[in-house]
Amino acid sequence: MGSLVVLLLLVLFVASAAPVAWWLSVDPYETDLLSQYAPPSAAHPLGTDDAGRDELVRLMLGGQISLLVGVLATAVGSVIGLTVGVISGYFGRRLDAVLMRFTDGMIALPLLPLLIVLGALDLTKLGFSGEFAHSAAAGFWRVVIIVALVDWTGIARLTRAATLALKDRDYVRSARASGGRPGYIMTAHVLPNVATPLIVAVTLTVGRVILFESVLSFLGFGIVAPTPSWGNMLNNAQELVTTAPALAIYPGLLIFITVIAVNFLGDGLQHAFDPRSER
Amino acid sequence: MTRFILARCGQAALVLLVMSFVIYSLIGLMPGDPIDVMIASNPGATPEVVAHLRAIYGLDQPILLRYAHWLAAALRGDFGYSRTHAQPVLTVLLPALLQTCKLMLTSFVVSVVLAFALGVWASLKPGGIADSAISLFAFAGISVPVFWLALVLILVFAVTLHVLPASGIGTVGDDGVTDQVRHLILPVTTLALANIGSFTRFIRAAMIETLRMDHIRTARAKGAGERRVVLVHALRNAMIPVVTVIALSFGGLFSGALITETMFAQPGMGKMIYDAILGNDFNLALTGLLFATLVTLLANLAADLAYGWLDPRIAL
Repeated sequence: MGSLVVLLLLVLFVASAAPVAWWLSVDPYETDLLSQYAPPSAAHPLGTDDAGRDELVRLMLGGQISLLVGVLATAVGSVIGLTVGVISGYFGRRLDAVLMRFTDGMIALPLLPLLIVLGALDLTKLGFSGEFAHSAAAGFWRVVIIVALVDWTGIARLTRAATLALKDRDYVRSARASGGRPGYIMTAHVLPNVATPLIVAVTLTVGRVILFESVLSFLGFGIVAPTPSWGNMLNNAQELVTTAPALAIYPGLLIFITVIAVNFLGDGLQHAFDPRSER
Repeated sequence: MTRFILARCGQAALVLLVMSFVIYSLIGLMPGDPIDVMIASNPGATPEVVAHLRAIYGLDQPILLRYAHWLAAALRGDFGYSRTHAQPVLTVLLPALLQTCKLMLTSFVVSVVLAFALGVWASLKPGGIADSAISLFAFAGISVPVFWLALVLILVFAVTLHVLPASGIGTVGDDGVTDQVRHLILPVTTLALANIGSFTRFIRAAMIETLRMDHIRTARAKGAGERRVVLVHALRNAMIPVVTVIALSFGGLFSGALITETMFAQPGMGKMIYDAILGNDFNLALTGLLFATLVTLLANLAADLAYGWLDPRIAL
């Protein structure tokens, strides 16, 4: 439960970006090259970054973006995985075989190179207008969607296995015998019982997704400047190592703390839900 | 057995084929296609000239036709020319692949050996001090962002302590094995850490499960020493699901290798693909990605075969 406290503190930390910015009267997007890499002071509690922007407020804002991408991408990916898994498990035979071959194919792919290629796509070639393609919103949603597109396979396998096990339970069979339509049976009977392992899997996915987003942003294919994100704040971190090492540590440290807290939470949930699993 | 292998190889080939089309299309959607690069700083490039250039190079044909051309050439072994290296793609890729395999294999071996040692040790007394410490370490390992870990390691060992080199695969003028090993230490540590974390957890869980089984109790009752019980009886049976997981993760090593090579400036395939995508070198990026997919598919095939071989209950 310590992890829950840590997570709550983190959410509080990132949510207070706006109030803190107002209180310190700093603008996180305003650059001031004359005060690059300033050490911590009253005006800038953690110092300034390479463009003279306040580090603390950017960490908070970056946290908002990173966490938001993490949660959204997990949600989208989970919905995809859930749908594929339940349909595959419920209808069986040909549909199941095809969907599972497709899922296995996706699992066999090297993730990061694929993510990079997807991140480097030029949206104008797909028909979107130039203005939309380069906007911050498009960049944000692009990251959410591509991370979701590659990370749904674990949840799909999980829900398929659970659906297969549930399909032969008596109450499901009696529902079918009474004439329940597949859609009704899937939503009313199968889904609630799949919830338990699903919650654990989703929690662990959030951690993984946050790591993915940070790597993408770090490499320059995810969230791009000036929007801060914990990943892209480390963008030129290799130079920072010699000039301002502290700046290279903060964002990564926050990612680390977030992911480890999420993982502990998922592990704790797993032990709570499944009394048979060993301590 | 042979039927199984043939069927899986066929599946792998199909996945490779589909992926080649998908990647081909995706790369075509990246900014900066060859014509754009050609006319970039040329003021005389009117739209008619651009259209004419596209027609000459066949870039205005429908995607399936272009893909078919590429496939025909690829099956002959001709993967095209790398624009940024000015050499045929295979000449550039194969040495890089070798370098990456060195990195991947070394960290794979290191992580497996260490994970087995730590996992077995942790499972001997679940809940004890060693177990708690190892579990915490494993958790940290899977939660840390790889590129940040690389940064911290560089900061501590190269910048502050000056004991290990920060990048590269060898110092100029010194080709010895010791020097190469020194350059490999930090990258291998970075790459191995995340895998050590997840393997340790699996091995620990599998061992705890196995140690509860009846045949272990029988072995102890028959007077076998604890060492023999753990290493011979328990470990062998726990290995089966563990080996599958470990073999399946070999493909994921590739993603980690990409980051590690970029951070430590090693001329491996990961960095090559990354640079190719950044530099709009289509041929290199496409072929590199396909090689990466091939390696992952082969690793998964090996995992399936290993699973069937290790568990006599599974009739292949």
